[in-house]
Amino acid sequence: MTGLVVALSFIAVLALVLILGNLVLKGASSIDWAFFTRSPVPAGQTGGGVANAIVGSGLVVGLAALIGVPIGVGAGMYLAEYGSGKLGFIVRFIADVLNGTPSIVIGIVAWTFIVRPTHRFSALAGSVALAILMIPMLARTTEEMVRLVPHSLREAALALGYPRWRTSLKVVARTALTGIVTGCLVGIARVAGETAPLLFTALGNLNFSLSVTQPMQTLSLQIYVYATGPFEEWHRLAWASALVLMGLVLMISLTARWVTRQRYGSGS
Amino acid sequence: MTSLPIEGSSRRQSLLGADRSDRIYRRILTGFALALPLLFLMILAVLFVSALPALRRFGPSFLWTSTWDPVAELYGAAPMIVGTLLSSFLAILIAVPLALGVAIFLTEFAPRWLRQPVAFLVELLAAIPSVVYGLWGVFVLIPFLRTAVVPPLKAVLGWTPFLQGVFYGNSLLAGGVILAIMIVPYIAAVSREVLLAVPGSQREAALAMGATRWEAVRSAVLPYGRAGLIGAIILGLGRALGETMAVTMLIGNRHDIGISLLQPAYTMAAAIANEFSEATTNMYHSALFEVGLVLFVVTVVVNAIARILIWRVARGAAIGSRAL
Amino acid sequence: MVAAANTRLRLEASHLTAMFGQHRAVRDVSLLFPANTVTAIIGPSGCGKSTLLRCLNRMHELTPSASVQGEVLLDDVNIYGDEVSPIELRRRIGMVFQRPTPFPTMSIYDNVAAGLRVNGRRFRAEMDDAVARALQQAALWDEVRDRLHASALALSGGQQQRLCIARAVAPQPEILLLDEPTASLDPAGTQRIEELCHALKRLYTIVIVTHNMQQAARVSDYTAFMYLGSLIEVGRTDEIFTKPKVEQTEAYITGRFG
Repeated sequence: MTGLVVALSFIAVLALVLILGNLVLKGASSIDWAFFTRSPVPAGQTGGGVANAIVGSGLVVGLAALIGVPIGVGAGMYLAEYGSGKLGFIVRFIADVLNGTPSIVIGIVAWTFIVRPTHRFSALAGSVALAILMIPMLARTTEEMVRLVPHSLREAALALGYPRWRTSLKVVARTALTGIVTGCLVGIARVAGETAPLLFTALGNLNFSLSVTQPMQTLSLQIYVYATGPFEEWHRLAWASALVLMGLVLMISLTARWVTRQRYGSGS
Repeated sequence: MTSLPIEGSSRRQSLLGADRSDRIYRRILTGFALALPLLFLMILAVLFVSALPALRRFGPSFLWTSTWDPVAELYGAAPMIVGTLLSSFLAILIAVPLALGVAIFLTEFAPRWLRQPVAFLVELLAAIPSVVYGLWGVFVLIPFLRTAVVPPLKAVLGWTPFLQGVFYGNSLLAGGVILAIMIVPYIAAVSREVLLAVPGSQREAALAMGATRWEAVRSAVLPYGRAGLIGAIILGLGRALGETMAVTMLIGNRHDIGISLLQPAYTMAAAIANEFSEATTNMYHSALFEVGLVLFVVTVVVNAIARILIWRVARGAAIGSRAL
Repeated sequence: MVAAANTRLRLEASHLTAMFGQHRAVRDVSLLFPANTVTAIIGPSGCGKSTLLRCLNRMHELTPSASVQGEVLLDDVNIYGDEVSPIELRRRIGMVFQRPTPFPTMSIYDNVAAGLRVNGRRFRAEMDDAVARALQQAALWDEVRDRLHASALALSGGQQQRLCIARAVAPQPEILLLDEPTASLDPAGTQRIEELCHALKRLYTIVIVTHNMQQAARVSDYTAFMYLGSLIEVGRTDEIFTKPKVEQTEAYITGRFG
């Protein structure tokens, strides 16, 4: 029986190795300096790069974080500090349910809210869609991290005459800060790879653009367009872009882990 | 230090001050928290209002009609609903043994030094974006299926209705398999958290009675965590139901009902992704929004059931929320 | 210094009853804590001694469904009166808990200063003096003077507990409440804390809860024995331990129960 369990695990891990391995194999050779610094060239031609997509991903995700992090972390703090009542239960349940909502649905909702009234696709709309994805995620991870803070610390602060809000911010949140930051990083890494909610909001852009009110390209959108396109050249670029995207996601995830290790390594 | 005076405006001020700051703080946090129910209601409202024209025109028959004709403005979502269910079911069939295997391995059998690396690898698998899975699926998985999987399958089981027709690549099978690979890490991670939430005393009691490792797992741990494990599986199902990019790149995107794995099919999420930008008329849009509404309602119900089951084992813990 | 003010200070519990929901953890306790003395509260587990202690700085009411009847008088003012702010009150009373609870993200200096900062801004020099004074009172100064900005977690258990004492005395409270402060320390650490009690009672009125009778005998001037929420007997420590008046007290002290 143990053998079966081991074999099954092995198969599962094998899948990972295969996927990542292919990414590296097929994608690495296409990555050079030009790839990072140039924008796409007209269809059918060779060369070109993903500069606009990298910057676009950064902008869209960055803006999404700006919107999503305060609300998500704030909601998480509420759940941890005051969330033992009925409202807390409802909020928590809804957060869990929203976490399972398909991102395409969020995409068309954001389309209705922003793209339709403004009659244009925009990076902002994309960011809003991604923020909606981030908020329930961050709420739950923040709550979890804050709950880990021992009650005795709260008591010690209160016994010193700290009012409740100060205890919550300066002692509890401060102690849980590393965990909260980790949760945010992981959430950011997750939305950085999203494509579906951006299809009808940020739309994509073949040119380099920094404008938040114009359509914007992201790595994920780029991969989709290239992978489903007819040109061999595009397929090659798709692999390379996927490798870059995975690299970014990996970097953020590893940073999150490193941050946690730093904190909890020093005696707690 | 002075003794404790009770008169004096300064004392009263600080009494009120601290109280008021606490109240403001609580109000601000509550405001943030209310964003969540607000979002939920907003999504529901938008979907419903946008779908209203289609809802009124087609009524419940939308769910079981197979005609999807934008020119004639006739929309029936049966093929994509069936496709969603079939692909997700297939995915669960493949993924559950693998995922549970990994979870049990990690929590019960793996030597210490192996736990972290393997857990990390599983987490990594979960972090791969859907579109990257799609890319891999198109250029690696489908050729693999075409050359190494379908021929033997057809040889053995070609007489069944599941393997009829010619396999061109984009198919229910491809969609189901990629979904399976995508949800394995998710189910595995959530199952692992559920298993870790089972009190150690359960295992120890069994082991103390002379059970082997596996017997202890089977008799003490799994029954205790059963509700949670089922919840994990249902969570995975919920995930599969809503997956978009990889599916739309692999499943063929055809409005056809069929149970042959080798034929192209459609899912609700893929349909929206594929056709939303091409929807030219209001009714077309509305029909797609109705598809979105159905998808939303289904995933909400599925997730709610899953959460209730998981909650039974590990009350209120934020299981599976770690960006999975 | 503050000694003159303290000799006038009266802390007294008057018909105090503390409840968790319907359960009475402290039943009609009336007890005077003389100024500049150490009063020990002893008794078996669950007798209500910690609850009584937590009523003195209104920490008890922070637990949901907790409530209090009766009065606690500080200089003849009932701290449970409507006019009294519990937050202000807690700034005048220091508390040290069973397990050391230094704030993990703060340095030694910041931990000690934590109680000061809440009382309003102070100039850097004033703060430095207050921190040094508090650490000296807690007999920790010599060990940490060179690393005030190191993390508080770098200290040993006993040192962390003394840090918590420093933190509690930094705002110069009038009263110091110690809830089994040596429960998680080794004998050496325990001894240092006990020595501190002797030194600190010059400056503060100390109430210490302990399950260790020998500690009570060593450290306190007065001892109060509680059982099942009620105050059974109170008196001078030497009398309680040699000539207890109530049979139950004698039974507890001689180890026949608890």
